[in-house]
Amino acid sequence: MARVIAKLGDDVSTDVIYPGRYMATVLPTETPQFAFADHAELNALLKSGRAPTGGVIVAGKNFGCGSSREQACSCLKGHELTIVARGFARIFLQNSINLGLDLVTAPDVEAAEGDELEVTADEVVNRTTGHKYATVPLPAARQAIIDAGGLIAYTRQRLLAAR
Amino acid sequence: MPMTVVEKILARASGRDVARAGDVVEPAVDLAMSHENAALVINQFAEIYEGTGLEPRIWDPARIAIIFDHRVPAESPKTASNQKKVREFVARHGITRFHDIRGDEGGICHQILPENGYVRPGAVVVGTDSHTTSHGALGAFAFGIGATEMASVWALGVALNVEVPRTIRVEVSGAFAPGVGPKDLILHLVGLLTAEGANFRVIEFHGETVRAMSTSGRLTLCNMSVEAGATSGVVPGDAETVRYLREVAGVSDPIVVVTPDAGADYERTLAIDAAALVPQIACPHTVDNVRPVDAVVGTRVHQIVIGSCTNGRLDDIAAAARILRGRKVARGTRMLVFPASARIYQEALAAGYVADLMRAGAVVMNSGCGPCLGVHEGALGDGEVALSTTNRNFKGRMGNPKSEVYLCSPEVAAASAVTGVITDPRKGA
Repeated sequence: MARVIAKLGDDVSTDVIYPGRYMATVLPTETPQFAFADHAELNALLKSGRAPTGGVIVAGKNFGCGSSREQACSCLKGHELTIVARGFARIFLQNSINLGLDLVTAPDVEAAEGDELEVTADEVVNRTTGHKYATVPLPAARQAIIDAGGLIAYTRQRLLAAR
Repeated sequence: MPMTVVEKILARASGRDVARAGDVVEPAVDLAMSHENAALVINQFAEIYEGTGLEPRIWDPARIAIIFDHRVPAESPKTASNQKKVREFVARHGITRFHDIRGDEGGICHQILPENGYVRPGAVVVGTDSHTTSHGALGAFAFGIGATEMASVWALGVALNVEVPRTIRVEVSGAFAPGVGPKDLILHLVGLLTAEGANFRVIEFHGETVRAMSTSGRLTLCNMSVEAGATSGVVPGDAETVRYLREVAGVSDPIVVVTPDAGADYERTLAIDAAALVPQIACPHTVDNVRPVDAVVGTRVHQIVIGSCTNGRLDDIAAAARILRGRKVARGTRMLVFPASARIYQEALAAGYVADLMRAGAVVMNSGCGPCLGVHEGALGDGEVALSTTNRNFKGRMGNPKSEVYLCSPEVAAASAVTGVITDPRKGA
């Protein structure tokens, strides 16, 4: 079970998730403070430590559209968030898999702030409303990277195998 | 088995006879480009080697390009230190395709690559920048990746686990009306497809209008293909591609273009009549919120921006200079011009365009990404409106979530600079 800490709309861009003016900050230990920096309420909640561990952000389609900046993933991963969206933009999805940020694609998901969600292997169950939503699996091509624990580990395996 | 351009490129780069949409391949990378975010790539690259007992080694330093453009000259000690770290890495690893902050060979990565002949038709190009799609203008398969994925490419020389994308074919016919051009075409297309309409797909551009278009215009089309979510845009190589590479980029070795096979499998085909297009404007705060200029004519504008990897080339600057020659930028409106490369800046100086623009009141800045991504200059005040030839108008894009950004062609931007309100260039400023 995980609580929805924020409900966002369609086309949440990387400029909204991690504004360009913080791009000189690159360390995953430092990026979380700027997550949703221009969304004062959400940024304050994340930084306060009051957000429940493993909290969920629910969003519409095309979450993470725009820039390839990886800070947009590392800043969310730093808060141990799960993103449940109706769809994700390609580069953001790929970066998240590479870094191990938890994403769930549920094309019809409906949830409000404060709802309790349960994510199973093939559906999202909204325990507050009682509705269930089918999920779309992550691209099969990336499974090997997920299984290895991220792209750094996977590349390391490949390097050692080629030695 | 007939293939699309990108299927053909991925088949060749993966050592296969055939690649079909949905196949998973590991293409050899011909060029791997980064900008200032190379600082993060360097960290991730080092982490890959941790505990392996192996010496960190780039698979082929000649295939790496690093261009400083996002924050030039540095706006903060942090950026300057990142740039310093990248310079030291470049020297240590023998990376020669490095473009520092310079007035002779510097510029925006998506202009530096084409004008130096770093991208060839049929190549696989990856870049840690979403607008890497630009390089499809030269008939390459070019796509954006994150910093960790780039670190993996630096180590292995291949892009891991790439799913061959489906292709949307766009057929463009007819001649543009005066005052209408490639930027209006791509804005119109992004509006049609929507911001996620081409997610995980490639847009392949065809038709007489594209064949007649300069490489500069094709770069604009492919650059903004990502605004419809596309993995890449691609214009199959042709005589114009060869002309550009020979005459502009100074390439002398053989050039082999890649064209799609008859009967290749397209997810869908869209036809667009360029002759029917009017100037297009992407309104706040999404790039697919596209309307004909008439819908927003008269909107007060505080800052005009001409430049970026989308529209900062010589023809863009020339179009603006023609409109502004002998006129003035309206009081209460400021106009910033960012040439896409130092070379273009010098050409614009030699042609007198810089003088035309400055006499009109425009500020001509050094080449770089400038205010496009709200990083270090040209920020907007609360409640202010920018009209810009750049590529994104997301909330906060130009550094202030309480401002608005409209996107347009250089012609609309220049005509609007004169009046201080959004203006249809066909009706004159």
